[in-house]
Amino acid sequence: MAHGPAPGIGRWLFTTNHKDIGTMYLWFSFAMFFVGGLFALVIRAELFEPGLQIVEPEFFNQMTTLHGLIMVFGAVMPAFVGLANWMLPLMIGAPDMALPRMNNWSFWILPFAFSMLIGTLFMPGGAPNFGWTFYAPLSTTYAPPSVTVFIFAVHIMGASSIMGAINIIATILNMRAPGMSMMKMPLFVWTWLITAFLLIAVMPVLAGVVTMMLMDIHFGTSFFNAAGGGDPVLFQHVFWFFGHPEVYIMILPAFGVISAIIPTFARKPLFGYSSMVYATASIAFLSFIVWAHHMFTVGMPLAGELIFMYATMLIAVPTGVKVFNWITTMWRGAMTFEAPMLFSIAFVILFTIGGFSGLMLAIAPADFQYHDTYFVVAHFHYVLVPGAIFSITAGVYYWLPKWCGKMYNETLAKTHFWIAFIGLNITFFPMHFSGLAGMPRRIPDYNPLWADWNMISSIGAFLFGAAQVLFLFIVIRTIFSGRPASDQVWESAEGLEWSVASPAPYHTFIKAPEI
Amino acid sequence: MRWIVSLPCGLLLFLLSLSTHASEWQLNMTEGVTSISKEVYSLHMLIFWICCAIGVVVFGVMFVSMFLHRKSRGVKSANFHESTVLEIIWTTIPFIILIAMAFPATKNLIDIYDTEDADIEILITGYQWKWRYDYPADGVSYFSNLSTPLEQIYKNAAKNQHYLLEVDNALVIPAGKKVRLLVTAADVIHSWWVPDLAVKRDAIPGFINEAWTKVDKIGTYRGQCAELCGKDHGFMPIEVKVVSQQDYELFIQEKKKLAADIAEAANQQFDFDELYRRGESVYQQHCATCHQLDGKGLGIFPAIAGSPIATGPVKEHLNRVLNGAGAMPAFGEQLSPVESAAVVTFQRNAFGNNMGELVQPIDIVEFKQGR
Repeated sequence: MAHGPAPGIGRWLFTTNHKDIGTMYLWFSFAMFFVGGLFALVIRAELFEPGLQIVEPEFFNQMTTLHGLIMVFGAVMPAFVGLANWMLPLMIGAPDMALPRMNNWSFWILPFAFSMLIGTLFMPGGAPNFGWTFYAPLSTTYAPPSVTVFIFAVHIMGASSIMGAINIIATILNMRAPGMSMMKMPLFVWTWLITAFLLIAVMPVLAGVVTMMLMDIHFGTSFFNAAGGGDPVLFQHVFWFFGHPEVYIMILPAFGVISAIIPTFARKPLFGYSSMVYATASIAFLSFIVWAHHMFTVGMPLAGELIFMYATMLIAVPTGVKVFNWITTMWRGAMTFEAPMLFSIAFVILFTIGGFSGLMLAIAPADFQYHDTYFVVAHFHYVLVPGAIFSITAGVYYWLPKWCGKMYNETLAKTHFWIAFIGLNITFFPMHFSGLAGMPRRIPDYNPLWADWNMISSIGAFLFGAAQVLFLFIVIRTIFSGRPASDQVWESAEGLEWSVASPAPYHTFIKAPEI
Repeated sequence: MRWIVSLPCGLLLFLLSLSTHASEWQLNMTEGVTSISKEVYSLHMLIFWICCAIGVVVFGVMFVSMFLHRKSRGVKSANFHESTVLEIIWTTIPFIILIAMAFPATKNLIDIYDTEDADIEILITGYQWKWRYDYPADGVSYFSNLSTPLEQIYKNAAKNQHYLLEVDNALVIPAGKKVRLLVTAADVIHSWWVPDLAVKRDAIPGFINEAWTKVDKIGTYRGQCAELCGKDHGFMPIEVKVVSQQDYELFIQEKKKLAADIAEAANQQFDFDELYRRGESVYQQHCATCHQLDGKGLGIFPAIAGSPIATGPVKEHLNRVLNGAGAMPAFGEQLSPVESAAVVTFQRNAFGNNMGELVQPIDIVEFKQGR
């Protein structure tokens, strides 16, 4: 017979329960989201007008670096792992994750990694200041001493991600309820399965590149030093061989969340389920052969530029298929616009805009003008903020009633949506303009030519930040004083997760469900 | 709910007004002044309009659906969920559009890579945080530093039009000549970018990249370093002066004469005050960004005040300044013997170091020759 959660702090420290671990992942990523957001606001405050006012260039660079690293590795990735922990077993009718003890470990090493990373702010010489892409030799020969701590922290994050990915693959392949064939799995399960394979393929590459840095810094090797026979561009090739699949790691699970929410609120099954699976797999495959489009200006030979340009343009095809499928799912549905649906629709629109700028960036000759400008900053924030962040938010509103058995306040949630939506566009849309007008990224001060756009962006950033404080309030208010939610929660939601009680009992599917 | 329609539409309209308001609030990419930059611009506009057209169709269908197919209008949802024909159609059409876009892009890229038959060659070297320009055929070489005064950066003074986009010594090239640019770096990776020329090339230490430009219009064109290169990445602008062939020859002669004067000065003896005075200005220009104006250092950049190097043996001090160590650049090739002697003298006597020694230009020359 199943027993309940252990009393006290031990419940959280020693838990092997997928729901507890999922909850911890989600709260951890929420905390990191605020830390990374705080750093972003320091950046936007400094860029509010030309001149140096608030921080010195040295500290500004530490802020851009930590903002990027914390948002990518601390906010987005753990949030999706949290959603996976909570939802995968519920969606496939499994009692828990396949490897529950490893699950505990892969979460609990994360707080240590990020404490170390944030702790570098207080080290002599300051925190890492070489951008989240940490190009050598700025991150090796010319780096502050904290780079060694940074490398250790990245190793721990990588280990956590790899363990998480192994666990997810083992769970999905082995623990599906009888009758749940691969092509019957919800799309969130499919996208996470593919994401997990991407993680296993590229996290070791990241570990490799930081280890090469460590060797260059402390053990006299010259991987990235031309004077010793190495090549600084080698760093970029290895980094982006990890880095490009990494951006799909942050977006594929989002596709899964959106593919669950739109059919529910359109009251119509997802259009083109199997083409969605194939499109996801194609995107994953293409992600391995496009990495050098981040490096069009490093001086590759013409043939290399052309191959990477063509391959990159191809990504538009499967991505387009996904967007068309979502829109066709909406077509002739009977839609209602609760908060999860609003965030999902905004996802489709804004992610598509990010896709357009991505297509423009893929055109190598034009990229000579766009590269390393605010146009790129606008592009990747359009795919990551409405992409990853909005889909996570949509997922939280969608499944929160199932997690805690309480319903959130719809009016507050819609207010949150509109402030976030408007704030996001005010922040990031003008960056297209400042970038095209010639403003390089990662600079603490700039010519007054770009002053207007920057001021607008900064105002939007604070608005967007305020929306997230409201989000935190809404979540806490729901947990403590939301009205009880029904088991079904949403009128036409489908899937095994809605067949269990709300809140989901501590142990579910001890007996495999009938499909 | 009207918001959901009006906001993205407003954004799109805003975008469509791109070309009309471009002069006041610059919204769009510059057309530039070279054949390449104009090609890049028209390619950029082509893709932009294609994206807009796709956007109008895709978002249009979406908004129509959101308006018509809502439960509040009493509609019943349909149940269709598969169509192989549709999937094939919307896989094929984007594919054809992409192929159409690939043709002009490929042609443009081939032009960018055609660095053959140049009239002039210039070597561009990125340093933390300045550029060096070498004209190998004429033996001319000089550094180009930010010339915006600190008072403007820290708000005390009004900012001028070319704030942070102005330098002391611009790159000078003749109009109507094809110039091959060889780009490299001395320390970390930089990137030499001038939007009006549509040239952006990474400057990579230990490797030389090629680019080219040919500008017909006389004028000044400005750009910035485009690759994060450390603390003052935002403060290493690029200024290119395109001049007539005549003015270009005058410029080369002037630079040659200046080099001869510097070589002659290396044989002179200076008194302490003169060295100290010259050293102070060299310090402010080359050392203060890291070691700070007050000599107290910053973060990983050590203090000069009371430093074991600046108060230790002269030879080690010269070695550190001229040959560098770790993140400290080698200034031997950046500074003339007079400047090196002056700055070492200054550092050994300023900030309370008071060593009372002076170093002459001839000491620098001898040190470099290993004596």
